[in-house]
Amino acid sequence: MSALRVSPAAVVGLLAVAALPLFVHILSPASEKYYLHLLIQILLWSFIYTGWSLMGRFGLTSLGHGAFTGIGAYVTVLLWNQAGLTPWLGIPISVVIAAVVGVLVGYPCFRLRITGHYFALLTLALTEFVRLCIVGLRDYTGGSLGTQPSRHGNGISLFAIQFEPDRVLAFYIAFALWLFGLYVWLRVDRSMDRYALDAASQDEDAAASVGIDVTREKLKITALSSALCALGGAIYGQYQMYISPDTIAGLGISLNMVFAVIAGGMWTLLGPTVGAVFTQVLAEGLRVAIQGSATLKSILGSSALALDQAIYGLLLVLFIIYMPKGILGTGIDWWRRWRRRKA
Amino acid sequence: MDCQLDIFFLEALINGLLLAGLLALLALGLNLIFGVIDVVWICYAEIVMIGMYGIDFAYKGGMPFLLAAAIGIIITAVAGVILHYLVIRPVLETPPINQLLVTGGVLFLLQASATMLFGIEFRNLGMRLGSTTVADMSFSWARIITFLVALGGMLALWLFLRRTYLGTAIRAIAQDRQIMPLMGVDSRKLYLVTSALGGGLAGVAATLMVLQYDIYPQIGLQFGPLIFMICVLGGLGNMIGGFVAAFIISQFIAVGSSCFHTEWGYAVAFLFFMVAIFIRPQGLFGGKS
Repeated sequence: MSALRVSPAAVVGLLAVAALPLFVHILSPASEKYYLHLLIQILLWSFIYTGWSLMGRFGLTSLGHGAFTGIGAYVTVLLWNQAGLTPWLGIPISVVIAAVVGVLVGYPCFRLRITGHYFALLTLALTEFVRLCIVGLRDYTGGSLGTQPSRHGNGISLFAIQFEPDRVLAFYIAFALWLFGLYVWLRVDRSMDRYALDAASQDEDAAASVGIDVTREKLKITALSSALCALGGAIYGQYQMYISPDTIAGLGISLNMVFAVIAGGMWTLLGPTVGAVFTQVLAEGLRVAIQGSATLKSILGSSALALDQAIYGLLLVLFIIYMPKGILGTGIDWWRRWRRRKA
Repeated sequence: MDCQLDIFFLEALINGLLLAGLLALLALGLNLIFGVIDVVWICYAEIVMIGMYGIDFAYKGGMPFLLAAAIGIIITAVAGVILHYLVIRPVLETPPINQLLVTGGVLFLLQASATMLFGIEFRNLGMRLGSTTVADMSFSWARIITFLVALGGMLALWLFLRRTYLGTAIRAIAQDRQIMPLMGVDSRKLYLVTSALGGGLAGVAATLMVLQYDIYPQIGLQFGPLIFMICVLGGLGNMIGGFVAAFIISQFIAVGSSCFHTEWGYAVAFLFFMVAIFIRPQGLFGGKS
C-alpha cells in the first residue's frame, strides 16, 4: 500500500474549507451560527453520502443505508440515555452492530447473487424493518416523535461527545469526519479490492474465474460502507441533539442518499460532497427565498415546504436521463474534452 | 393483546384475508409492468395516491361515486402512459437500476406536488358503508367489497391476457423481447398499452382504497414498500406468485397486529420476507432465474 500523495491543489482546497468558519465570521458575523450550521450539515451528509458511494460505485445500489444511519444514531443515544454508557463506547458499538447487520444481510445476497432490482428492493425492506423496530420500541426510542440524548452539563462535554452549542468546534469535528471519509474512499480507490469489485460489477463469472472471491470482496465493502454510515448517523445525532425516524432512519433517508450521490457524481472522490452541497443549498436557498419574499409566500403558503422536494425529484429524473455521471462527473468530462481540443 | 386462539384471532385472520385482496391487486399492476417492460415503478403507490385525490375531487364535486371512480382510473392510466413516455422510454436501454431510480425521482415529485397542491391534511370521502356481523365477528363492508372487486379485477386481467389478441401479444413480448419485434409487433406500442393497463389497475386500487383509508400525500410510503415486498416474494413479474404472496404477507400483518402492536406485524412481515428471499432468491413461486 503506497502512501497517499496529496497534490498542492488539494492542500489549498482543504485549507480553504478549513478556513470557512473564519470567512463566515468576517463576512457575516450576525448570522454566523446559521451559516456554520449549514456547513456542518453539508459536511456530515457528505461523509454519509461518501460512505454510501463506496458500495454504489460498484453497482451495489443499496436502499438500506437509512437503516445503518438509524442504527448508528439510535444505538448510541439509547446506550447513553438508558445505560449511561459514554458515546466513546456507544459509537463503536453502534458501528459494529451496523457492520454486522450489513454482513448478515449482505452474505446471503452475495452468495445467491441477488443484484440489481432484487438487491435494491431487499435492502429497502431492511430499511423499513429497522424503522418499524424504532417505532415499535417507542417506550425507549420515543417512536416516530423521536428522542433526544440527555444533555450532559452545559451541553459541551468530552465525556458525552456533545458539542452542539459550540458551532466552530462542531464544524471542525464534521470537517475531520469528512476528511476521514475522503481518506477511506481514496484508500479503497487505490486498493486491489477496487479492481476486484470493478471486475465483479462488470461480470461476476469472469471475475470469479480469475480467482476473485466475489462474495468476500463485496462483504468487505458492505461492512465498510455500513460502518461509515453508522458513524455518520451517530455523529449527526450528537450534533443535532435530536433524532427521529424521519431525520435519520427510514426510506426517505435511503432515497436521499442515493439521489444526492447520483446528482453529485457516483464515480468521483468529491461527487458525494458536491451532491450534499447541491441538495442542502437547494433546500436552504428555496426556504430562504420563500421566507424572504411576501409574494412567493402568499402564493405557496404552507406548501412551500415541499417545493424543494418537488424540484429535487424533477432534477433527479433529468439527471438520470441526461447526466447519469452527475454534476461533477459531467463537469470533469467537459473539462477533459475542452483540454484535449485545445492541445 | 395476547395471542389466543379465540374469536378475535379468527376475526384478525379473516380481516387479513380481506386485506390480501387489495394488496394482491396493487401487486398485480406492478407485476404486469415488470413482467412486460422489465421496469420497477418505485412510484407505483404514488400513482395510486394521485388516483385517490382524483376520485376525492370528482366525488366532492358532486359526481356519483362510480363516475368519480372511472375518472380516477382514467387519470392513473394516463399517468402511466405519461410516465412511460417521458421517463421510462429514455432510460430503457441503460442499466436496470437506473430505471428503478428514475421512478424514485418521480416518487419525490408526485409526493411533493401533492403536498403543495392539496396540503398535508388527511381527507376522506365520508362514505360510511357500515359493517356486518357474522358469529360475533364484525367485518366492514368496505373491506368485503374491496376483496370482491380485487378478485374480479384480477380475473378480468387474466381473461384479457388469455382471451384477447392484444393480451396474447403482451404475453408474447413478456416471454421474448428480442424475437417479438421480428414478428412485426410494435413493442413500443405494446409498452404504452401495458403502462396504461398498469396505471389503470392502480386506479382500480385507488377506488377501493378511498373506501377504507384517509387520503394524504405520504400514503404511498405506507403501501409502497409492502407492494414491492409482495412482488419480490412472489417472484417479480409472476402474477400468480404475487397473488399468493399477498395472502401470506397480509396474514403476517393482520395476526401480528392483533397479537402485538401494528408496527410489529409489519416488522415481522419484513423480516419474514428477507429470510424467505435468502432461502428462495427467485421468489417463493419463481421458476429458474
